[in-house]
Amino acid sequence: MDFGPHLMLASLEGAVIAAILALTAMGLSIVFGVMRVVNVAHGEFYMLGAVLAWFVASLLGGHPAYGFVAALLIAPVLVGCLAAASDWLILKRINYDPDRTIVGTIGMLYIIQQTTLMTFGPDARPVEAPFNTRLALPWWEWGEGGLTMIWPWGLSTTSYKLFVIVAAATILCALWLVITRTKLGLLMRATQQDSETAQAFGVPVGKVYSWVFGLGAALAAMGAVLVVPIQQAHYLMGHDPLLLSFIVVIIGGLGSLPGTVIAAILIGMSDGIISVFFSPTVAKIIATLLVAMVLVFRPQGLMGRKAA
Amino acid sequence: MSNGNTRNSMIDRRSALIGMGAGVGALATGLPGFAQAQSSAPIKIGFQKHATGVGAAYGRWYDATTQAAVARINDMGGINGRPVEIVTEDDGTDPKRGAEVIEKFAKQHECDVAFGTLFSHVVIGSAPRAGELKLPYFVVSEGHHVASGMLNRYTLQPGITDVKSQVLSMAPFVANNLGKKVTMIFPDFAFGHDHRDFFTQAIEAQGGEVIAKIAIPPTETSFTRYFPNIPRETEVLYHVMVGPAVLTFVKELGEFFGPSSPEIFGFIDSLEAVSIGSPGLEFLEGSYFWEGNPRHAQADQTSHDKMYRAAVGVDDTGSSTADSKDVSTYAHMFGCWETLNIIKAGMEAADYQGPADRAKLIEAVEAMSDMPLSDDHPQGAKLFNGKTHQAFGHQYISRVTDGKLVVEHTTSIDESLYEDEVDYTTQSF
Repeated sequence: MDFGPHLMLASLEGAVIAAILALTAMGLSIVFGVMRVVNVAHGEFYMLGAVLAWFVASLLGGHPAYGFVAALLIAPVLVGCLAAASDWLILKRINYDPDRTIVGTIGMLYIIQQTTLMTFGPDARPVEAPFNTRLALPWWEWGEGGLTMIWPWGLSTTSYKLFVIVAAATILCALWLVITRTKLGLLMRATQQDSETAQAFGVPVGKVYSWVFGLGAALAAMGAVLVVPIQQAHYLMGHDPLLLSFIVVIIGGLGSLPGTVIAAILIGMSDGIISVFFSPTVAKIIATLLVAMVLVFRPQGLMGRKAA
Repeated sequence: MSNGNTRNSMIDRRSALIGMGAGVGALATGLPGFAQAQSSAPIKIGFQKHATGVGAAYGRWYDATTQAAVARINDMGGINGRPVEIVTEDDGTDPKRGAEVIEKFAKQHECDVAFGTLFSHVVIGSAPRAGELKLPYFVVSEGHHVASGMLNRYTLQPGITDVKSQVLSMAPFVANNLGKKVTMIFPDFAFGHDHRDFFTQAIEAQGGEVIAKIAIPPTETSFTRYFPNIPRETEVLYHVMVGPAVLTFVKELGEFFGPSSPEIFGFIDSLEAVSIGSPGLEFLEGSYFWEGNPRHAQADQTSHDKMYRAAVGVDDTGSSTADSKDVSTYAHMFGCWETLNIIKAGMEAADYQGPADRAKLIEAVEAMSDMPLSDDHPQGAKLFNGKTHQAFGHQYISRVTDGKLVVEHTTSIDESLYEDEVDYTTQSF
């Protein structure tokens, strides 16, 4: 494949990865920003979103679009409720102590993963995309007659992949509006800035924590529902998104929302492009190296504020 | 293998000596030894199952086949008058766990033999431990590691052919019917490397060449990014993939090529446990697949295949009779059925009484050579090479025709033979 079309294909693949990653990492970032909880079980909420999407879609039947839309609405809500319940049941009991929450969420990781294995089983299960048309993409080249349009071999994407990018951007915009324009967002921001003062002013910090933990998990689940028609639901699928989400929030700055989006695009695009031109292993090596560099030279992340 | 008969007589002499020795031993230890020899306790076969991890789809069907084969053996009176009991342990499709499971079989469950592993990295991780524990280890893996001499005398692969022999017999068909410039896509571990190395040699012998080799980690979930490395001049795309994401792999392959794809030749591994009618796979119509055992019942189906399908619970399209959406790993799982029948035949030939006779069992299996098509060997006739511990058999090339896999060519056993690379019989027990 020529360099130009090759790069375009790599960028498109990278954009899909970045879109999903932005949603997933945003969930992790919000939870850390507001609650100061490092949620190791985040990848399992992602996996649970995909598995529930399969469950809802296969229960409904009919045109794949019905199942998909239902899954997009139901799966994140269910995952969010489960996360809020586990916050109340576990994290609250250990007073959100940083060390103990890490151990607690590791426990949640195994409980969710193994429960899924025992019920859903070890097989990968597909969810049919609501629409999936192959779109051949054109490329322009300087020929003898000036600029001509060609259709390079293999340069294509699918309508569903484009939809994933748009849907993720829409969800992120909606999230930004919720945080900046609604009362819930105000409570979240107040809790984030100083939870003790917020509590003194009557902010129900405990409830906000549960909401936020649920919202973070729901965002991961949304990413998973979007990705599951491209990949498949599998009980081990939460591992990679967890790792990449951590990389993204560390680079972007823990708790910084714009930083998370920027880092997600950076990591997603570079993962797409580097793995096309070199290898996916090199892409992972570079991402990890980037984390190390950020931790050494800018420990608070690209957009994070220095700890007081 | 023409000297099979002479070898047989050798074994007879040898086993007679061992039998005499055992008799003397039994006399020396008195009555308990005699009672043990007449035991009606079950023969325990440890089944190393990929119940979880990337091999889970295979594990489930290997299990179904194993249970069906053992039920049939027990219905026919068991082995040496003793019932057969399967002891199942999950290895998580993980080499480290695999070795631990072998240890459990030998020490905790006191199994007579271990059996059933598919994924090559688990076999390679487990076989050394089986050798140390002197536990016969019958694998159903396809990897070339048994016949290459990498493993040990306790590891055998009598029920399924290996990748080297498979690709040797595929190369002439690919070169003569599809094209000479081949791009290979394969999983990046031992099994895929067998494909890469041996097919490259085999196609060069046919005057063709592999112009690009694309390795993909078996845990990968997204594949489009690998495909731009397929050179434009590719005439044949050779694909083999494993793991939970195989459906994504094949779908994205179709989306990448669109209407202008080269000839596609795949190993059915890329679609095991996946319906060929899945949305997005329409582009496979007219493409070719290697099949270890034809998934769809063919027009000339043998009575043996019919019996085997019914026993395992698989219908004429290769799906579970209980759930038509549950597609089997039909091209591979026959290996469990056949291997268990070989264990039975070997134990009967060796007059196997207990763990003390493990070496005798291995010698008895090493003495086997021709295995004709039968209810015990429903996939087809096989030739077992006792020196390399590897079976050779027929391979099937199917074309997707109206959404069905129709066998177009069956290779002979001779086409898949290669020179011995090891003689395990020279190793001591």
